[in-house]
Amino acid sequence: MDIRKVKKLMEMLEESSLSELEIIEGEESIRLSKANNVFSQNEVNQFPVVNNPINSGLTNLQTNPSVNETIAAPSEITGHEIKSPMVGTFYEAPSPEAKPFVRVGDSVKAGDTLCIIEAMKMLNQIESDKSGIVKAILLENAQPVEFNQVMFIVE
Amino acid sequence: MIKKLLIANRGEIALRILRACKDLGIKTVAVHSEVDRDLMHVRLADETVCIGPADSRASYLLPSAIISAAEITNADAIHPGFGFLSENADFAEQVTKSDFIFVGPRAETIKLMGDKILAKKAMADVGITGIPGSKGKITNDIKESKKIAKQVGYPILIKAAHGGGGRGMRNVDKEEDLEEAISMTKNEALLAFGNDTVFMEKFLQKPRHIEFQVLCDNFGNAICLGERDCSMQRKHQKVIEEAPAPGLTSEIRKKMSELVVSACKEINYIGAGTFEFLYQDGEFYFIEMNTRIQVEHPVTEMITGIDIVRQQLLIASGEKVGYKQNEIEVRGHAIECRINAENSETFIPCPGTIDQFHAPGGPGVRMDTHIYNGYKVPPNYDSMIGKLISYGNNRDAAIRRMSNALNEIVIDGIDTNIDLQKKLILDTEFQKGGFSINYLENKFKRENGSE
Repeated sequence: MDIRKVKKLMEMLEESSLSELEIIEGEESIRLSKANNVFSQNEVNQFPVVNNPINSGLTNLQTNPSVNETIAAPSEITGHEIKSPMVGTFYEAPSPEAKPFVRVGDSVKAGDTLCIIEAMKMLNQIESDKSGIVKAILLENAQPVEFNQVMFIVE
Repeated sequence: MIKKLLIANRGEIALRILRACKDLGIKTVAVHSEVDRDLMHVRLADETVCIGPADSRASYLLPSAIISAAEITNADAIHPGFGFLSENADFAEQVTKSDFIFVGPRAETIKLMGDKILAKKAMADVGITGIPGSKGKITNDIKESKKIAKQVGYPILIKAAHGGGGRGMRNVDKEEDLEEAISMTKNEALLAFGNDTVFMEKFLQKPRHIEFQVLCDNFGNAICLGERDCSMQRKHQKVIEEAPAPGLTSEIRKKMSELVVSACKEINYIGAGTFEFLYQDGEFYFIEMNTRIQVEHPVTEMITGIDIVRQQLLIASGEKVGYKQNEIEVRGHAIECRINAENSETFIPCPGTIDQFHAPGGPGVRMDTHIYNGYKVPPNYDSMIGKLISYGNNRDAAIRRMSNALNEIVIDGIDTNIDLQKKLILDTEFQKGGFSINYLENKFKRENGSE
């Protein structure tokens, strides 16, 4: 199970009024319940995480739409959708050790690089075609991406 | 054995390939353009990837989109189908360089057969003669060209070396027209194929189009699955195909079989392929080799009982061809009618929604199509929406079954060429068999009273 997915679930649980959240995905499952304390980074490691690799993100998108929806931005987020112009693998940063190009909340100008999409061993920098604030990032690092798949919402 | 295959095509052939994969337990990846999300094979595939917009140049014809999709889905192999990139040697090379299996022959073979001049030479070297003509490309020396044309004898045909499939040809009746014809064909060839190399051949007046199907593996085994007669054509596009070719004796079949099989071994051919000939006055003239699965492969499947696409997948997985030549038996007769989304009289393509579809069936009736009730035929691709195939113990039985099937089939909501096919099946010359590739166009001319 992808640690980033778990983190996202934790964030969403934290922001919601739910006290418990359980997700079953094939043979893997995770259950989160809210503690009363402030949630800290360290708690991530305490959750039991099964280390079976999930099939590539795309099969999840097709066969498990519900998982995709919980990761995707809540429908209240509006704005300009920035879609992938090609098929490939989405990378949020210029290199594995570097900081991501953008984070939710950042201000971007048209022409700023938002991400890299790797296709056939070539890294393509994808630029924003709009200026504004990054309202949502709908992909995880190293996730496969289709043509015209929505990656960012900028407003 | 290939575990996961990416189908780099659409429509009817994509579904055909998907079915062969399912038959072999191979997982499928369907790549599709934005307007093709509802293709039947996309709905049935294990994984799907949207690779681009409707425009083929940015989707089905874009090697990077296809290979990228194979990368992110971890496919082992890519099947190019027919058309699109199936005969693009660069694509085949990129596929193998990216560590995927390309279901088809080696890139060099595709390159060789893609150049009609080189292909003709290579075939002549192994005893397969082409149509008499220029020995290679036509130069800018018009005097030289006139000399060659005179030797060959008018009428002649100017052909683009990188054309094929009936495209990039122009015929010339007399010497006065030669210079302009060469220049026009060169210009068109440059635009259509990116290469203006042209050559010359004698124009055959009444040939039949007869082609031979081969299957070859990576171990030097090659077999011939007999021939098909595809003489019913309009503007060089096949309308009806059948197997075996009416009137061809088993001796001739055996001789040609041996010839094409030995050619395959000479050029180290791998996979499924077809040698196309024009047959006139008892002589076979090589025109080109198709280094891919063909639209009309089902008629050969029906008379031999062999699943050609399945063999492609097995061969690509490193298996030997599943049959020895002496195990190949041609039995009965099969006919295929191409079903196009076009008006039967004007031939204007007719995209739209199919609101009622009923496929005929029963013994000896096979319908290869991706369409279904409610399917929207998009305007962006060629108009072929399916193939209706009939099989019988003899040609008359196959014709009867086809006629009945054409009367039973229902495709409502769009125009189709079904009415035309019904007429052709009952046509006296068709029923006699042995008509030439000019037959259909001449028939239209007579019926329209034009010259």
